[in-house]
Amino acid sequence: MKIAFTAQGTTWDCMIEARFGRTDYLLLWDEEAQTLESFDNNEGKNEAHGAGPKMAKVLLDLKADVLITGNGPGENANAILGKSGVKMYVGAGDMRVKEAYEAYKAGKLPLF
Amino acid sequence: MKEIVVISGKGGTGKTSIAAAFATLVGVQGVIADCDVDAADMHLLLKPSIELCEDFYSGEGAFIDPMECRNCGGCADVCRFDAIDFIGGRYVINPIACEGCGYCARVCRPKAIAMSPKISGQWYQSMSKHGAFMVHAKLGVGAENSGKLVAKVKKEAKTLALREEKAWMIVDGSPGIGCPVVSSLSGAHFVVLVTEPTPSGLHDLERVHAVVKRFGIPSGCIINKADLNEEMCARIKGFLEAEGISLLATIDFNPSFTKAMVMEQTILEYDDSSLHAPIQHAFQTIQHILQEKKQ
Amino acid sequence: MKIAIASGKGGTGKTTLSTNLATFLGETKRVVLADLDVEEPNSKLFIDAQILKTHDTFKMIPRWVSQACTQCAQCVEVCNYNALIHIANEILVFPNLCHSCYACSELCPTQALPMEPQKMGELTHWRSDWIDGVEGRLNIGEEQAVSLISQTKKYVEKYFGDDTVKIYDAPPGTSCPMVEAIKDVAFVILITEPTPFGLHDLKLAVETVRAVGKAFGVVINQHGIGNDAVLDYCRAEAIDIIAKIPHDRAVAMAYARGELAYRSVAGFKEALRDVVAFCEAKGLL
Repeated sequence: MKIAFTAQGTTWDCMIEARFGRTDYLLLWDEEAQTLESFDNNEGKNEAHGAGPKMAKVLLDLKADVLITGNGPGENANAILGKSGVKMYVGAGDMRVKEAYEAYKAGKLPLF
Repeated sequence: MKEIVVISGKGGTGKTSIAAAFATLVGVQGVIADCDVDAADMHLLLKPSIELCEDFYSGEGAFIDPMECRNCGGCADVCRFDAIDFIGGRYVINPIACEGCGYCARVCRPKAIAMSPKISGQWYQSMSKHGAFMVHAKLGVGAENSGKLVAKVKKEAKTLALREEKAWMIVDGSPGIGCPVVSSLSGAHFVVLVTEPTPSGLHDLERVHAVVKRFGIPSGCIINKADLNEEMCARIKGFLEAEGISLLATIDFNPSFTKAMVMEQTILEYDDSSLHAPIQHAFQTIQHILQEKKQ
Repeated sequence: MKIAIASGKGGTGKTTLSTNLATFLGETKRVVLADLDVEEPNSKLFIDAQILKTHDTFKMIPRWVSQACTQCAQCVEVCNYNALIHIANEILVFPNLCHSCYACSELCPTQALPMEPQKMGELTHWRSDWIDGVEGRLNIGEEQAVSLISQTKKYVEKYFGDDTVKIYDAPPGTSCPMVEAIKDVAFVILITEPTPFGLHDLKLAVETVRAVGKAFGVVINQHGIGNDAVLDYCRAEAIDIIAKIPHDRAVAMAYARGELAYRSVAGFKEALRDVVAFCEAKGLL
């Protein structure tokens, strides 16, 4: 399983970013390989329009199975992600990445 | 830190006055974000002194270099926005009409057209008259609001709130139901919907609530000018009940609401206690709901 | 003659003035009221009207033709609005992000993105006992208001001649939709309230109307509730004050009931007479 997080930094200890399209970073935890990769979203964040769909494409290109975020994506991004079958979990806006991952494992995060 | 966003589908319901009153109530324990950048009026009540000002860029605009242009007119042929005028024997971009699609730059053979970021306004970090941090913005004339500017204002405010360990962030949200309002809701812990009992008030409340509901953020409603139309007020209450939205307060039509604004005071500062009670009651209810949710 | 009624922010009484003024004028003249506030067209709520016809309005967006596509994805690179995305051998189009610039369609090497009309809203022509009305209504989630405003104006020009007074209810604010609504009128009436918010937003509206180069004047709504700062500003800037609508709870109550206030509130009718006299003196009626 590959699990993606919208995050304000690049480590397990940083906060989850509640925004989807305009998040600072996207983190990708590969459960098999046990690697945590980070992707800078500086470009997407600075789009006047359509930041959401752009981030959705990144997520698809990375072949993430699960997304953990704060509020959930807007309508356009949702149209892409819904199609791809990525499972989206929300409500992690006030957690650290590590806490959000544990909450997800414990089944405590609601599906979007 | 808890973030409260005040929104209303239509203008003139008293949204900004109510958001400013909440800001007075939390005082130095809050950070204020004015995300209603189309009609940024909160500063008129909170009298911030500006500490930091930066230009804000959004989208792009085309520019024709007259030295390189060979007057072929290929740009004007493809522009769907009538943004390229032929004036005094030269092709010139009309910056108000240009939507920044970049088609002209792509078809220009001598490469005489450059796309550059457009300044769409300024954003400020300030100190309100109560000594609370405030982040606000001003859009330029003809500039278009976007989720991007709202995201910037909120992000700066949130960074301040966390760094200074404040308990509250009070957000005056964007109007309408488009991208800016979605952006102002992002990260919110509670949404206050302000409405009035008029034919358009309920209609706009329903539309904006549909957006809030999608994000699953708990919400409450303040009915302003409640006594203007009791039948409509009852219909609004029925809608709130059906949707599980808490009724935070009703405020009767009261000239003091406007008089406070004229004195450049929030309705909590103005000397009419009939306006204080609903605001205080609303805030206590919000605290209560947030507390309950925690447990 | 075309007269626009506009304001720097919503909720200052723009729809109240346009519906009342249009109907009052309609008692003696041929009048059409065009509701160009296409995101929130509310004027019909205040007028007992019969709908004559409604038709869909369209904008042009690209449709992806998979058989013709070579997956070069140049369209995605061309689009400055992120309205196209290339995923898993598919090009997805996001109509609400599209500005109809045609770049992706016309630059596609294999013509795999023909432009096709998509419904963006509705245009309604209604009639009351006194006036005609034309309303543009944008679909929820649609962001390209300018095109619908322009289509609504075209309808009005096509069906109503020079013998008809045309009142345009403009969208609030100072951005592109407001500019589109006022750009070919003879005169702009800016409505405001005598409060700090009203003054602040009036200044922005004045800046915009001046940038577009239109003649304009100010109507003060809820006169008496606030202070004299709007009057002082207009005096200093040599802006005509056309009328003052008195602050009266009865006006707010009529609005809340969805009724035209001038029929029951004498002071409101007085103010409308001032507007008409002003417009006649300026040769607008």
